Amino acid sequence: MNQEKKIPLIRLAKRDGVQPTTGWLIRIASIIVALLLGCLIIMITGANPFEAYATMVDGALGSEVFVRQTVKIAIPLLGCALAIAPCFKMRFWNIGAEGQITAGALAATFVARLLTGSVPSIVLLIMMALAAIIGGGIWGLIPGFFKAKWNTNETLFTLMMNYIIIGVVAWLQIGPWQARQGRMAQFHSDAILPKVAGVHCGWIVVLILVVIIYFYMNHTKQGYEISVIGDSLNTARYAGMNVGYIMMRTMFLSGAICGLVGFLVASGANGTLSSNIANGVGFTSITVAWLSQLNAFVMIVISFMLAILTKGADTLQTSMNVPVSISNIIIGLLLFCMLGCEFFINFRMIFRSKHHEKEVGKNG
Amino acid sequence: METVNAIELRNITKRFGSVVANDSVNLTLKRGEILSLLGENGSGKTTLMNMLGGIYFPDEGEIFVDGKPASIKSPKDSFNYGIGMIHQHFKLVDVFTAAENIVLGLEGEKGKLDRVSIRNAVQEIADKYGFDIDPDQKIYDMSVSQKQTVEIVKVLYRGADILILDEPTAVLTPQETEKLFTVMQNMKRDGKAIIIITHKLHEVLSVSDRVAVLRKGKYIGSVNTKEATQQSLTDMMVGRSVSLNIDRPVNPDKSDRLIIENLTVRDKEGVKKLDNVSFTAFGGEILGVAGVAGSGQKELLEAIAGIQKVETGSSVTYVPPEGASSQLCGMAPIDIIRNGIFLSFVPEDRFGMGLVGSMNIIDNIRLRTYREGPGPIVDSARSTALAKQIVDDLEVVTPDIDRTPIRRLSGGNVQKVLVGREIASNPTVLLTAYAVRGLDINTSHTIYNLLTQQKMKGVAVIYVGEDLDVLLELCDRILVLCGGQVSGIVDAHNVTKEEIGLLMTTVEGRGASS
Repeated sequence: MNQEKKIPLIRLAKRDGVQPTTGWLIRIASIIVALLLGCLIIMITGANPFEAYATMVDGALGSEVFVRQTVKIAIPLLGCALAIAPCFKMRFWNIGAEGQITAGALAATFVARLLTGSVPSIVLLIMMALAAIIGGGIWGLIPGFFKAKWNTNETLFTLMMNYIIIGVVAWLQIGPWQARQGRMAQFHSDAILPKVAGVHCGWIVVLILVVIIYFYMNHTKQGYEISVIGDSLNTARYAGMNVGYIMMRTMFLSGAICGLVGFLVASGANGTLSSNIANGVGFTSITVAWLSQLNAFVMIVISFMLAILTKGADTLQTSMNVPVSISNIIIGLLLFCMLGCEFFINFRMIFRSKHHEKEVGKNG
Repeated sequence: METVNAIELRNITKRFGSVVANDSVNLTLKRGEILSLLGENGSGKTTLMNMLGGIYFPDEGEIFVDGKPASIKSPKDSFNYGIGMIHQHFKLVDVFTAAENIVLGLEGEKGKLDRVSIRNAVQEIADKYGFDIDPDQKIYDMSVSQKQTVEIVKVLYRGADILILDEPTAVLTPQETEKLFTVMQNMKRDGKAIIIITHKLHEVLSVSDRVAVLRKGKYIGSVNTKEATQQSLTDMMVGRSVSLNIDRPVNPDKSDRLIIENLTVRDKEGVKKLDNVSFTAFGGEILGVAGVAGSGQKELLEAIAGIQKVETGSSVTYVPPEGASSQLCGMAPIDIIRNGIFLSFVPEDRFGMGLVGSMNIIDNIRLRTYREGPGPIVDSARSTALAKQIVDDLEVVTPDIDRTPIRRLSGGNVQKVLVGREIASNPTVLLTAYAVRGLDINTSHTIYNLLTQQKMKGVAVIYVGEDLDVLLELCDRILVLCGGQVSGIVDAHNVTKEEIGLLMTTVEGRGASS
């Protein structure tokens, strides 16, 4: 029998709710920890980590041109994070944003090919945006429908849907829509989004979306339904909600916003469609949404931060010969630390105090 | 020679954040003694016992086992000190037999599972204390009471001589409770030390030697059971004198409200959970529903509320106080709301069905009415006002109504919010499942009064309960379910607990298994 009296060195106690400010301070601390860990990784490659970070920041924000490029990277990340937030709130794991972006871009391109020249530019752009919304929406609705009707696994379903639509675009690219060398033609200038402050006007669209999604999730009846379903399906049924319908509606909404992002990228950034139009944004935006705790306004900060890392890593490679994948490692570390810090937000650590040990000695 | 205490707690304090769950509690337990631990909800009984069980570690204070200081850091440690805890929720593997569950996790002889000797050892313990157990029976074939027996034999087999039972009688019929108490007396005679947590005062009086009372985390004192009465214990527990009687006025104005005919429900596996249930619930009456846990109570209420799928041929006719009657079978909850039927439902699973644990009070209050008001935006003024009113009227203790997730409130306050919301919609039918489960006497009485008020307003109240004493005092009629069938509908004024207990286990001479 263990008769030795000991108090564990570290004990955990559940916090009864933290102040929001404390929570965010812990999260900021975790970002700093991640960046410090990143230093170690950079040192392994032989570079000076502080110099490297300075180069990254400089490469992302050092000049007006750099800032514009960084913003351009941030736009789809933010838009897509906003799109998947309602799904994640509902605990519907939509990892098909990649495909929904592509579907939206495909629909927009279809309209652009069909109508360019026959309608004024502004009408064409609106038609393209609408087509993208419907295209992306349908691509999101399909897994939503199967989940609602037959309770299929949405994670696998949305993931597989990505490959289908990317495959379709890849085929169009080397097949019917090929212009030259496996590429599609650039859009006519009528089908290109106008620039505002040097960046395509998509940044205004996503900023408006931030406000809309924030309002939608926190103040509307539909947003309320989503929160209830995310907490408990039975409670939602008890409250008279049509769970299947709400899932389909939310997935359509999510796909539609992704589709719109696809349009922004195709028409605003790339000026054409290609099979890698989504370029991993659909997955990175999951990180953004998660790190932001599904708070639309925080997403602005997080998406911009990841954009800085991405853009900075490019500069890092050209100027210091550090591989681009370093930034992916740092992004991974960020995610790890920020998700890990939720533990410290929920629990408090209590260390064995000297005082206690003395008492133990006396009695034991 | 002075006897050594089996357990002695000295100045035990445990905090959760800013909440002090146990505030310098002292407690002693002797060998050969049954101690009842009594206290309202949130008084810290379970926390205290969990520190003996190795689930929590005290922030301050000392634990002595057999006079020696003990440090219990894990359930395993607790075990090594000979402490065995029987939790409310059983931790058994369904597809294993009783004997297999009993030895599960024990090392035994290396690489060998000697079924015969285990079986014999289990049988020996059973014979010694008078347990009724078949070591070869699979858990899934067992009743709740049998499963509990397995849990108790399990800790005895592992050599526990200090037993802690957390509300063991909540799931038992009176007859089964009687049996358990006999076994407890046998164990006591064998020198075991037993702590029992229960809310039922008559059980405390009949089984224990001494009663220790906790109030708001503080140790109030202990009395010998011989010198205690129900009233004196309640006063100690609550801190002032309270009335224990449930007021039962009669509403002379009764009318048909729900006519249920041939209601049959099957679960996913096709097993009948409700079998041809027929009865009528009157407006102006509280109809109690009694039965062993899992006899179809949950399915009955959910079928009426439109959440549970019913078999064809089932019929639930709703007769409003005025106007034409309508058929509820086939209606989803939303259809029931849209048809202007005021049906309220306090479900058994508060956080799994009735409330959203992560949301604040206001958001929970609007759960059933959030559609009201024009446009796509939630009408927050209305739900805020209603939340304030419910919090004030029912004296809900909460830091705020718009920030704290309701999960953080104590069980009684959570239930007040839920019942308050359901009553606020002016129902004509009020379904309640275990509305006072886990609530202290004070809050329970608040809930009873609310239900009685609703009855006097002409509401048809259906009260599914587990405490037969309460059913007998609160209800007008009691419907008894057994294995999904109605085994009887009796007048609550002229029936004894034993008669109901008998109905709970037999359907017209047939056994409980169908």
